[in-house]
Amino acid sequence: MVLLAAALPLHAQESPYIVTYDHYLEEPGSLEVEYFSTFGTQRAGNDFHAFWAEFEYGATAWWTTELYFDGQTTFNDSTLFTGFRWENRFRLLAREHIINPVLYIEYEQTSGADKILKEVEGHDVEADYAVPNALARQEHDHEIESKLLLSSTFAGWNIAENTIATKNVTGGNPWEFGYAIGASRPLALKASAQRCSFCPENFIAGVEMYGGLGDRYSFGLHNTSHYVAPVIAWNLPSDWTLRLSPGFGLNDNSHRFLLRWGVSREFSGFGAAVSRLFGGRQ
Amino acid sequence: MRLQSSAVALLLTLGVALAQAPSKPVAKDNSVYAELAKAPKRAAARRNPFATDPDAVAAGGKLFGLHCAECHGDMAEGTKKAPSLFADEVQRATPGTLFWLLTNGVVRRGMPVWSKLPEAQRWQLVSYIKSMTLASKPGDADPPHPAPH
Repeated sequence: MVLLAAALPLHAQESPYIVTYDHYLEEPGSLEVEYFSTFGTQRAGNDFHAFWAEFEYGATAWWTTELYFDGQTTFNDSTLFTGFRWENRFRLLAREHIINPVLYIEYEQTSGADKILKEVEGHDVEADYAVPNALARQEHDHEIESKLLLSSTFAGWNIAENTIATKNVTGGNPWEFGYAIGASRPLALKASAQRCSFCPENFIAGVEMYGGLGDRYSFGLHNTSHYVAPVIAWNLPSDWTLRLSPGFGLNDNSHRFLLRWGVSREFSGFGAAVSRLFGGRQ
Repeated sequence: MRLQSSAVALLLTLGVALAQAPSKPVAKDNSVYAELAKAPKRAAARRNPFATDPDAVAAGGKLFGLHCAECHGDMAEGTKKAPSLFADEVQRATPGTLFWLLTNGVVRRGMPVWSKLPEAQRWQLVSYIKSMTLASKPGDADPPHPAPH
């Protein structure tokens, strides 16, 4: 908290995506603190509210590192801490191109009760989430997740495509695959001259779609779940960003409805504050 | 699990500290402006479509305060993190060159790409930066207005 107090709020133009990644990384030295919620309906089980806190730090202009802490409440069941994730994104090309690649590597240590649905992969289906917490928490997953993030910006639009490959290193689980795609655009491209909260350029709207693609032994759409979700972000001049996304399952294997929302604030100078703590010069 | 969590926390802290290790003040390093010379001719020749827009400088000033002042300073005078925009190299650069630099960043030197801002807003930023030639540098008798936050 002391370090955050030493850092300054920084206004950022945050993307509205909750699952999809574009190619923009955190500004160097800045820390973004985020909270996200996912409410999900569950057939043959109890609805749930999953949540995660996210600490996203711009180590350099080409490397962003993030730490997540996940939890969930299943109605009529219990509330659990379900694990953590350490994510790193590396910008592969120095300049902007028509398609900009970013390499994503994540290590996650979660229990089988994790329900944040930050990505959908392999044969993840709704029925997996109907298991009671007491049983699901006994499964411990150690996963390495890699993604190739491709993203383009044209005429104010951002188009992002993510391909996912995940390996659960516990047991003999096969590589699992998934995808996420998104498109978004600010409501206005030109900035107004006045500082304002409700200016259309502060709102970015779009849509994302994500789902599983099976695994190494059964690649494809069979027994997979898929979602489409409109997204909107409101970048406030007071350095806060709010996001909202209702998601809809596209087949019988998907949750019928997911409602996601999030709030974040970015702090610049966090890295410098840490450096001073370790005796670095200002 | 506790041991692994501690290891992750330690790695993160060290990474943060190393990434933010004190670096040479870039404001005095003229080589930081060398990137401007790398703009392709076609990009450098582009004209600012907002050059005659009466609101572009004010809008660019607002955007500067929101996105750029933290590194370049409230009055664009430069800080340890980023150079002064009053430098001749910047002020002599064509609008197209500045637009190209904003779009591509100087990733190896810590300047992010700003293509996340729509093209119109990047041109508005260019209008603001070019307007600085009309104002005095910080420390002169009639300093420019600081960028609004």
